Amino acid sequence: MKSREFAAVIEQKKIATDTYSMWIQTEQIAKDARPGQFISVYTKDDSRMLPRPISICEIDREAGKLRIVYRVVGQGTDEFSRLQAGDTIEILGPLGNGFPLKEKKAFLMGGGIGVPPMVQLAKELDCEVQIIAGYRDELFLTEELSAAGKLYIATEDGSAGTKGNVMDAIRENGLSADIIYACGPKPMLRAIKAYAEENNIECYISMEEKMACGIGACLACVCQSKEVDEHTHVHNKRICKDGPVFLSTEVEL
Amino acid sequence: MNTKVTLAGVELKNPVMTASGTFGSGAEYSEFYDLSALGAVVTKGVANVPWPGNPTPRIAETRGGMLNAIGLQNPGIDVFVKRDIPYLQKYDTRIIVNVCGKTTEDYCAVVEKLADEPVDLLEINVSCPNVKEGGIAFGQNPQALEAITREVKKYAKQPIIMKLSPNVTDITEMARAAEAGGADVLSLINTLTGMKIDIHRRTFAIANKTGGMSGPAVKPVAVRMVYQVANAVRLPIIGMGGICNADDAMEFILAGATAVSVGTANFANPFAAKEVAEGIEAYMKRYGVEDIQELVGAVK
Repeated sequence: MKSREFAAVIEQKKIATDTYSMWIQTEQIAKDARPGQFISVYTKDDSRMLPRPISICEIDREAGKLRIVYRVVGQGTDEFSRLQAGDTIEILGPLGNGFPLKEKKAFLMGGGIGVPPMVQLAKELDCEVQIIAGYRDELFLTEELSAAGKLYIATEDGSAGTKGNVMDAIRENGLSADIIYACGPKPMLRAIKAYAEENNIECYISMEEKMACGIGACLACVCQSKEVDEHTHVHNKRICKDGPVFLSTEVEL
Repeated sequence: MNTKVTLAGVELKNPVMTASGTFGSGAEYSEFYDLSALGAVVTKGVANVPWPGNPTPRIAETRGGMLNAIGLQNPGIDVFVKRDIPYLQKYDTRIIVNVCGKTTEDYCAVVEKLADEPVDLLEINVSCPNVKEGGIAFGQNPQALEAITREVKKYAKQPIIMKLSPNVTDITEMARAAEAGGADVLSLINTLTGMKIDIHRRTFAIANKTGGMSGPAVKPVAVRMVYQVANAVRLPIIGMGGICNADDAMEFILAGATAVSVGTANFANPFAAKEVAEGIEAYMKRYGVEDIQELVGAVK
């Protein structure tokens, strides 16, 4: 069930360049949220009308708290980054389908601002959890990730872990898995999809696209799907509603 | 207090409806409130066959609004009739189906298939390019607009709303053309063609290069056009363009609109259309207005 709430900010912290972590207190949304889902976050400035879709990093269902980790990319996210404990923030959620939780030896692969949803997923999976986190240079969320599984790091500049990307880290460490969960930039997802299909591994990827409504009505955030979609009967799945998580074989990248 | 309004003989419980394309066929918003709160639901445009729409990105935010070039992705009339109309029938609200096409024959085929369906009004989106006439929109040429209105009317059993494009030199010329062709109601404005450039990627913000601009930034243009059209033709008008709250809606009504549509605001607030309907009642109470129809075009 989706709710709109005016949540209270509990804590805001800068955890890397342009990267912020915010814990918020919700009435209902945290109780309903699952790993891989997202929330729509609204700015207070009326001249910016559209919600910003932000993935859920951590869920504390008992306390009703949610954590989002997001990157400042424009004026909307810049406004969010200036909020402090006690401020309120308008949100809608939980949105999207989330990752399916399966008991199989898993890779959790996150790249850049695709790393945050892997934290809650790692905490909820009951299996061998191998997390491969890729960064340009600065690391973030590594403590949370190491606490929830075996963490392997890749950095583009080689300053930590494997020099290269998440695929390089798998090869360098000789890792294998029976299921893959991934979130990150399109080139990374493309490489993971190819690897999964070559090796016949079940693979779930989380996608993103510019969104307007966030609830499946406006048809802005579609991706190309192999099968005919349920909504329009063409080959366009809605990332906000049918996704953001898709079986890799289900979508074209 | 009377909030009922009548459009071509069809009575609406209140003057608030949804702008086509911003509300799907209502299902996604019914998770938030009972659609029976609305005077009507106007569906997303439907064509004779499924349309896949444009490449992504399809939208971009602009100051006070947005651009969209969804490309009228829709499942085609056959799926729509089986799935979307029965869904909307569950609610105590009027059903208005928006119709799009690439040729006059496309429009007529959809209108004909809807003739015996439980639909209250049809809205014709004439901002689509006419592929047989070099791609100029039907709604940008008065002769083409009058001709398509006349053709559609031959097949329609429901009253016809012609939705006017604001991308013209003189909106009253288009309104008169639609009236001459036999339109029953006019709705305006559709989106204003715009463009946004992504200066970091040095490319267009949306894949289609241009998109339709909507949201509160366009409202003064829309109010002006509604006023002009109200003074040019005798047809009832559905006013829209940037309505976010009841104050916005009242501007359109006072300028001459019998009913109003809430569009882009649904994205900023899923409850927007319902809140506009409630806000209009509050306005009427505040000023002791007995009948909303007293206010239609009250500002001369």
